[in-house]
Order: sequence, then structure tokens, then C-alpha cells
Amino acid sequence: MPKTETLTVAAKGELEIVMTRVFDAPRSLVFEAWTKPELIQRWLLGPDGWSMPICEVNLVPGGSYRMVWRKDAGGKEMTSRGTYREVVRPERIVCTETFEDPWYVGESVVTTEFADREGRTEVTMTMKYGSKEARDGVLKSGMESGVAVSYDRLEALLASKSAR
Amino acid sequence: MELNGYVLSSNPAGLDATFAALADPTRRAILARLAQGEASVTELAEPFEMSQPAVSKHLKVLERAGLVSAGREAQRRPRRLEARPLAEATGWLEAYRKYWEGTFRHLDALLEELQSDGKPRRKKRPKRIEK
Repeated sequence: MPKTETLTVAAKGELEIVMTRVFDAPRSLVFEAWTKPELIQRWLLGPDGWSMPICEVNLVPGGSYRMVWRKDAGGKEMTSRGTYREVVRPERIVCTETFEDPWYVGESVVTTEFADREGRTEVTMTMKYGSKEARDGVLKSGMESGVAVSYDRLEALLASKSAR
Repeated sequence: MELNGYVLSSNPAGLDATFAALADPTRRAILARLAQGEASVTELAEPFEMSQPAVSKHLKVLERAGLVSAGREAQRRPRRLEARPLAEATGWLEAYRKYWEGTFRHLDALLEELQSDGKPRRKKRPKRIEK
């Protein structure tokens, strides 16, 4: 297995979350994995113990998508849908995103950019939420999923960040 | 606000102030140093090859964000780490990051499989699965 690339996540301003990650594959392939339903279903699985049985994508400006995740135990479902605003293959996608039975309020706009880095691909996702409350709610939901940084781990965390 | 003789920022950290303060590598290094124990401005300036005024400037940002407080001891005014706002901010981001890290590892594996030719695994040419 190749070594895992670093994922950076940052809150930007009041409304945005920005994520950056490099993938060891050419841009066209990363773009396909990101946009073809049968490939999306193999990696965008949701939290542990979930899978994505339904994925419909109409990747054209004005086209829409629908993704349904299902919890293997109990069958609970979560649905996200949205509309593509911009599609520039294999560089850039702008789409809206809403969740049924929403775990955050309102609609977000997701901009995904694919940059060629000498045969590898750097992906930057910018999620822009409708309000500060919605944005902070998204970040907070991660915490509620059961991963909290204890004070004991602060030192290690800071050391690893400052060592970069 | 005063707590155990340390003066906390009167307008403590919104998350935004915390994130902005954390965005700078020098400030993160200062926090890492303070995680080992309180230190004066002089002591903090030492490892960074920075002037004391420059370090003071970073400390002001950290203090405004509620991440660092200053002791009242007149000469030394030791700074110390305020763990709670930091734990909140990093806890939120860290959990979110963890989730996506796991998800992107699945994508790594998929991309590797899609690129591996002649392996015993099922070969999938992206073009053939185009709809």
C-alpha cells in the first residue's frame, strides 16, 4: 500500500470548510472516480457500517444527482441530492447539496477542483454553507459521531501540526 | 475575566478567531511549546529565531482567540495554554477530518485497483463502464 496522503481540513471565514488531498492517480481517473455512479458507490460509503446502494448522477450543468446511504444494521437511510451548476471536465465541478432529514440546515454549494500535480492529482473541495450555524453544525456533527480529542492528545496533535 | 490568577481575554474566542489563530505555523508551534508548560515571552522567542516583538504579536492573536492567557506576575508574565477553546476547535475539525480521511482511503484503494494492469484482481477500464 502506498503511504496515505495528508488531508487538510480548514474552516474558512464564517461559512466555508476547505479540504485538500492529493491522490496518486492521473486527474482524468480521479475525476471519473469522483463522478461515475458505479465508482462513487465504491468509495463514498459514509460512516463505518454504511454503504451507498443508490447513486444517480447526471453530470451536466443543470443536471441533478441523488445519493442514498443505508446503514447495514437496521436499514436507516440518508439521502443527499443537488444540482450541478458547473461541470468542467476534468477540472472543476460546482454543485448544490441538500440532505433529506437534514443534519444541517439549508443548502450548501460544493466546489471541487482537480489539479494535475505531475501525474498525481490534488483535489480541493470547498463547502459553502448558507449560515454560520449550518457550517459549525457540520463540524460539530463530526464530534458527535464519537471522536473527541482529549486534552491528553492535544500535545501530540499540536506537535504533529507544527512539525509540518 | 480572571481565573487562578491568569487574565483571560474579555471577549473569548469565537470559533472563527480560534481557527484564524491556528492558521499560522508559528502560532501552532507556540501552542505546542505551551502545551509542555507555561513560558515567558523571552523563553518562547528563543527557539523561533524571532524578535520578542514578533513573538508578542503572535501571542496577542492567540490571546484574543482565548487560546493563551497571561500570568499576572509582573516581570515574567508567563503565558499558558488555554486548552478548552483549542480542544473545541481542533476536536470539531479533527473529527470531520478523520471521517474524510477514512473515506479517501477507500478512494485510494479504488484508484490503485483501477490503475493496476494484469493483476489477479478484476480489471476495470474506466472507458468500458462509461454510461
